Amino acid sequence: MSIRITDLNFSYGTKQVLRGIHLDIEPAQTLSILGPNGAGKTTLLNAIAGLEGSFPDNIAYNGQPYRHFSPRQMARLVGYVPQIIVPTFDYSVVDYVVTGCAPQLGTFQRPGQEHYDIAVQAIREMGIEHLAEKSYRQISGGEQQQVSIARVLAQGPSYILMDEPTSHLDYGNQVRVLKTIRRLAQSGFGVIFTTHNPDQALLLGGRTAIIDRGGNLICGESHKLISEPFLKELYGVQLCISGLERAGRCVCFAPNLGDGGN
Amino acid sequence: MMDRGSYKKRLILAVGALAVLTLAAFCLGRYSMNPADVIGAIADKIAGNTDTEAMQNIVFRVRLPRILAALLIGAALSVSGAAYQSTLRNPLVSPDLLGVSSGASTGAAVAILFGFSLGGIQFFAFAGGILAVLLATSLPRLLRNSSNMVLVLSGIIVSGFMASILGIIKFVSSEQDQLASIVFWQMGSLAHILNMSQLLSVAPAIIVCLIIMLAVSWRLNILSFGEQEARTVGINVKRLRALIIVCASLLTASAVSISGTIGWIGLIIPHFGRLICGSDNTKLMPLVAILGGAFLLVIDTLARCITSAEIPLSILSGLVGAPLFAWLLAHRRAKMI
Repeated sequence: MSIRITDLNFSYGTKQVLRGIHLDIEPAQTLSILGPNGAGKTTLLNAIAGLEGSFPDNIAYNGQPYRHFSPRQMARLVGYVPQIIVPTFDYSVVDYVVTGCAPQLGTFQRPGQEHYDIAVQAIREMGIEHLAEKSYRQISGGEQQQVSIARVLAQGPSYILMDEPTSHLDYGNQVRVLKTIRRLAQSGFGVIFTTHNPDQALLLGGRTAIIDRGGNLICGESHKLISEPFLKELYGVQLCISGLERAGRCVCFAPNLGDGGN
Repeated sequence: MMDRGSYKKRLILAVGALAVLTLAAFCLGRYSMNPADVIGAIADKIAGNTDTEAMQNIVFRVRLPRILAALLIGAALSVSGAAYQSTLRNPLVSPDLLGVSSGASTGAAVAILFGFSLGGIQFFAFAGGILAVLLATSLPRLLRNSSNMVLVLSGIIVSGFMASILGIIKFVSSEQDQLASIVFWQMGSLAHILNMSQLLSVAPAIIVCLIIMLAVSWRLNILSFGEQEARTVGINVKRLRALIIVCASLLTASAVSISGTIGWIGLIIPHFGRLICGSDNTKLMPLVAILGGAFLLVIDTLARCITSAEIPLSILSGLVGAPLFAWLLAHRRAKMI
């Protein structure tokens, strides 16, 4: 019951971003995707979500290539929490969350009471009942993130993808999102997210996939994979990984800003 | 945000206002009647009583086709405007965006140039409008770029091209009355709607498209969050967008083929609707249909009552619509539209 990617290649024009990628993604686990800017993290995420139509045979769920999935079936398999969206028109939070029920509805159908019940349940699971009737455009970025996650819960897929879920958030909200990710994985979802912060991968444990500048991907247990020489190679700066007694775990940080130069 | 109860109240209020306006439109005109006479004439007609035949003629033969045309065309233009705005995620879009109006004007001008009858003009206007949309929607396919921006730009390209062809036709139109007819057609009028059969040529298409728009209105909400958003909840974006563009274009082309081009309605009525009930298209679409019908009914009644000569509709819709839009902007400046 896993998503399997085999020999996936992708390039923008002449620039190859993903090169011969193999990856298995299991349910009930977190997969952190790390990599420098422009390495192809979002492209990989879109491919897993079935949004890139160019490789219907390189990705399969449960042995079935994506080619055999309708858009509706795809939406039952994978949910997507985008980076902050700015809607042109204003909707209430509950009206936004209920759109997660779209895969269950026919083209000419509208959500009924049972779908609003699902939406309210998802809002409750995220603990944001106080936002339900507010306008989506008037809540904060952190709240919008939670609302987007609630929408994915209403959608009820097996896997949840998040594109840089912490990038626009203050530190408190970043920690809250990581807690949510862990909770989702514990409750059975496979959670795949991209991040620029290797420490988040260490904090969550689970597995990590790293895409380097050449578009190659390696994947493994977060704690085994993330090492100082590896990060130096990946980001081009010196980072430290060190056990921190107060945290009871390994922590990744920049030790200093060096002595001049870059 | 708005709960269901208060939406229903506002919708009922709008329907009530529309009913009053419709009755007023029946009363007003070169031959004024009081509301009791109008209702009496309708009752007599139903009862088969011929005592009030003159009044029955005015109500059913003269005013009814025109009032129905105003309601239908107003609703068509407004719903199509709201649909374009949501699909393209652009609040400044009007139903002319993909060149429907300029295509229809060009088609009508060709028919006028060749001296065709009213039916011929309507047919050419409809065909011109649809042809323009076909061109505007196939350009992005040629460019292999299906973004909204390219679609909007190709609409501008096609509109500009059509406007030039129209210019050529105006330039070569020999007789003075041809040029006058073309110009008058471009400003829109319902003066030539003299019987029901003219209306029946477009009413079925308009009604079917309105029903489809209402049916997909919830999915239109999802589309307005963005293409990727819509795809992640399992929506076949290309197919849905094509359906909406086809319906919206048919609505506009059908409407302008019998009325000529009428400005402002498709742009401002959707905004006016959002002010009343918010952006949710499931609530907005029915309201916008009612408001659009009411707006054009008022405009058209003014057009035939103010002076003894008919005033073109675009003149009045601009005079009323432009200040109304300015007021709307001022009213909503706190929020983005």
